Amino acid sequence: MKKKLTCIECPAGCTLTAYIEDDKVVKLEGGKCPKGESYAISEVENPRRIFTSTVRAKGLSVKMIPVRTVAPIPKALIFQMMREIKKIVVTGPVEVGTVIIKDLLDTGTDLVSTRAVQ
Amino acid sequence: MINRELVVVGGGPAGMAAAISAYENGVRDILLLERDQYLGGILNQCIHTGFGLDYFDEVLTGPEYADRFIKKIRNIPEIEVSLRSFVVDLTEDKVLTYLKPGSVETIKAGALIMATGCRERTREMIHIPGTRPAGVFSAGLAQKFINIEGLLPGKKIVIVGSGDIGLIMARRFLLEGAEVEGIVEIKSESRGLIRNMVQCVEDFNIPVYFNHKISGIYGKDRVEKVDIVRVDKEFNKVAGTETRLDCDTVLISVGLIPENELIEMAGVEIDKKTNSPVSKEVNRTSIPGIFVCGNSFKVYDLVDTVSNESIKAGCMIAEYLGYKITCNEE
Repeated sequence: MKKKLTCIECPAGCTLTAYIEDDKVVKLEGGKCPKGESYAISEVENPRRIFTSTVRAKGLSVKMIPVRTVAPIPKALIFQMMREIKKIVVTGPVEVGTVIIKDLLDTGTDLVSTRAVQ
Repeated sequence: MINRELVVVGGGPAGMAAAISAYENGVRDILLLERDQYLGGILNQCIHTGFGLDYFDEVLTGPEYADRFIKKIRNIPEIEVSLRSFVVDLTEDKVLTYLKPGSVETIKAGALIMATGCRERTREMIHIPGTRPAGVFSAGLAQKFINIEGLLPGKKIVIVGSGDIGLIMARRFLLEGAEVEGIVEIKSESRGLIRNMVQCVEDFNIPVYFNHKISGIYGKDRVEKVDIVRVDKEFNKVAGTETRLDCDTVLISVGLIPENELIEMAGVEIDKKTNSPVSKEVNRTSIPGIFVCGNSFKVYDLVDTVSNESIKAGCMIAEYLGYKITCNEE
């Protein structure tokens, strides 16, 4: 099977063609850099995205604290992630990179703050 | 009147990079004015990733990208940061008047860097007929409501225009539990970056109506529905192709324009079509000593480019103030 993919690693947005057998990439065409090739393989075999959103803050200088997963997580988990982070209220100061939830939904990646908030 | 050697107006990515660069090129008396309560500008509400790949060689979110510059500024005591400081007047002699809580200040700047960013084009600028109910927002305003204020502006959304902010907000609304009825784009392809079409629209199967325009917004108090219609190559309606979409909210994402009222007030020559200063060289204006950088000079696609060009502006201003003989154009 042949599948056309648009790489999202950088603003260039290159098009790659993946040849797929048994859900595995056997050949790639159009890749211009290693990032693109690893993206294409992941996109076919286990699509992942960096998840970003906000969590509520209480008693701090802002109302919302922006958060991200440190590494990309399986795309299929995104809405479950949203339900999970809605339960959180941050009440103490955070730095960029402060862990908000460790090992989010057993993905092995942490949810961290992306803004320093006092 | 107080004299300051260099005044930078705007504490977003452009103003911060320019102030740091001016310092690094020898300027030692720098006042940075920011109207909001914190530095970072619009990056603070751009919580998605996609920043920094060029400048830091890392994938960062907006707040993370801003934080790197904020930390750097905090470590330079020669850059005085004045928050909640809103410039209301500027003359060609570089006399600035600004408001801050409890006072009106007037200062004379030896040189000025204006890094006032851009603003969103509005519903009025694209002429959408219909009634005028509540529920019509520019995409960036909706972004601020959700990401900064924690408020969801609507539950059933139609997005007009496929600019990057609109695409990013389509995903953001979906994540927050709203429905996105569609994105209406008058052209035959997206105006946004391809990667945003992939990760914000295709990932979530959001319908995109290419070659369509919005022909009416309807609702009494709140938006109730919009009509969209197919257009031909000259963007004229094709009769009989109307479709109605029920929604309670319309987001407008039809581009950005540089915000340059202050330099216009000072007499800088402005291109009426683009709202950029008329200039043969990046960051310069028709008045020597008044420089403009970042999205107020012209709207850039990437913040990484804004940082690089603003660093150049910091050097140019150091040169103007007599600290440096030449600035490397590279």
